Amino acid sequence: MAEYSAFSLLKNALNGNRDWKQAWRKPDPKPSYEVIVVGGGGHGLATAYYLAREHGIANVAVLEKGWLGSGNVGRNTTAVRSNYLLPQNSRFYEHSMKLWENLSHELNYNVMFSQRGCLNLAHTPGQLDDYARRGNAMRHEGIDAELMTPAQIERLVPGLDMSASARFPIIGGLMQRRAGTARHDAVAWGYARAADRRGVDIIENCEVTGFLRDGDRVVGVTTTRGEIRASKVAVAVAGHTGHVMKLAGIERLPIESHVLQAFVSESLKPFLHTVITFGMGHFYASQSDKGGLIYGGDLDGYNSYAQRGSLPVMEDVMSEMLALFPSLARVRVLRSWGGVCDMSMDGSPIITTGPLPGMYLNAGWCYGGFKATPASGWCFAHTIARDEPHEFNAAFTLDRFHRGILIDDKGQGSTPRLH
Amino acid sequence: MLITCPYCGPRNVSEYTYQGDGNRTRPDPASTDQAAWNEYVYDRLNPAGDHHEIWQHSGGCRAHLRVTRNTLTHVVTEVSFARDAGHRKSERHRKPGAHA
Ligand SMILES: Cc1cc2nc3c(=O)[nH]c(=O)nc-3n(C[C@H](O)[C@H](O)[C@H](O)COP(=O)(O)OP(=O)(O)OC[C@H]3O[C@@H](n4cnc5c(N)ncnc54)[C@H](O)[C@@H]3O)c2cc1C
Ligand SMILES: [Zn+2]
Repeated sequence: MAEYSAFSLLKNALNGNRDWKQAWRKPDPKPSYEVIVVGGGGHGLATAYYLAREHGIANVAVLEKGWLGSGNVGRNTTAVRSNYLLPQNSRFYEHSMKLWENLSHELNYNVMFSQRGCLNLAHTPGQLDDYARRGNAMRHEGIDAELMTPAQIERLVPGLDMSASARFPIIGGLMQRRAGTARHDAVAWGYARAADRRGVDIIENCEVTGFLRDGDRVVGVTTTRGEIRASKVAVAVAGHTGHVMKLAGIERLPIESHVLQAFVSESLKPFLHTVITFGMGHFYASQSDKGGLIYGGDLDGYNSYAQRGSLPVMEDVMSEMLALFPSLARVRVLRSWGGVCDMSMDGSPIITTGPLPGMYLNAGWCYGGFKATPASGWCFAHTIARDEPHEFNAAFTLDRFHRGILIDDKGQGSTPRLH
Repeated sequence: MLITCPYCGPRNVSEYTYQGDGNRTRPDPASTDQAAWNEYVYDRLNPAGDHHEIWQHSGGCRAHLRVTRNTLTHVVTEVSFARDAGHRKSERHRKPGAHA
């Protein structure tokens, strides 16, 4: 019987919840492992889980400098979608979507994956044409996409200003119905628990401070809890990739770290039943089950490792929200925070062997890596176990930038803050 | 965040446009050294700490500025006109209006 079930819930309720097992152990690090995963965010934890589950490699440690969920896995706005234009991206993200669709079952942990849809609003005929093209590209890959008319949008999202006098009138939109949201903490906890149950050591408050080398080869790490050796060291530290890789002597990477903010409003009656994005700037929102609006917009726009943003961007985000939903003008913001995003030069990720022997790199998630969590872990585990990429991540190399085979979904060029 | 323009004084960050990393050296436009161009276009130091960067006071005097700013604290410690940073040979060939 599954450890978490309606029956076990009832049983534990009746005896005062005394018999629940710890969700994951707090082991001390062993002197060596087969694989060390640096970074206990969603991607690191998923990697460890799939190493154990798909490849039978359970002698794995996940080293996390803080506590689980303290990075972006617990800071994102939880949107999950696979509405990309380029096949390298759409195949990878659609694989992720399929893993999401069974994730609660697979992990025996309710990640509250809710396929409430994601609607990209169009405000100009050119933009609508562009969405039609993207929708066609998606359907060509077997991914669901539909163009919506203003009348359909008005019915779906009654709070929107659909009038012709809106600052940016809405003339249509691209909908992916299988997209949606998931509870981000549950994703971290669910993968952690499932990996732990398969024998993975999850070691919190253990910061990697250097890499052990044997010549060129990486053979382990130094940490705030001592030296730990491993035949394979996999780095999945998202926004911290720049300075962690410097510890290994990699001075420059095609990545800049930028801060992205998120906002939560006070609770409102349910009125927004889908994820929605504004097309004339950068704003997106969804409504949580508790009723709060979860929303965000642009990066602050300059390099930053500080997990907080500045006021001008907040003002922008609020004004964009009001352009869509004028009726929200008096709703109060409850909380806001920032997270450090690893912006790659083409907006697409890196999941690869190297760049040093014995090392593996997972980075460049920009502000869209939450939805990638299952596929990222799945592909990274494959790459680590087999020493070669799966076809789903074969294009996400580090040397693609110098070889001129970029995957620039938005066609923004090498200005990472614009992706 | 405030940046003190040497010409206009302390101004809100929203008056400025970020032009990006100032640690990179643009190869001579006539250069066909692919590795140097690739490095210039794609590779970044991305330090957690002091960062040399270029900002333009686009909502003010429009001067391009060299700024040293800490990426952990956002504290700006140095601002000077980019044009005073010394002209390299390649800069004389630059097209008017090209980014710093
Ligand atoms: C405000 C915001 C909103 C977002 N919204 C969305 C969204 O709606 N949809 C979406 O798909 N994506 C979104 N993202 C992006 C997404 O959250 C990230 O791309 C993704 O979480 C990154 O992968 P991760 O979970 O492994 O990262 P993290 O959780 O950041 O994991 C990296 C971990 O590495 C640890 N670490 C760093 N240095 C060291 C060291 N030296 N030693 C040991 N450990 C170390 C960190 O403490 C951290 O826990 C958003 C991001 C932000 C900031
Ligand atoms: Zn000025």
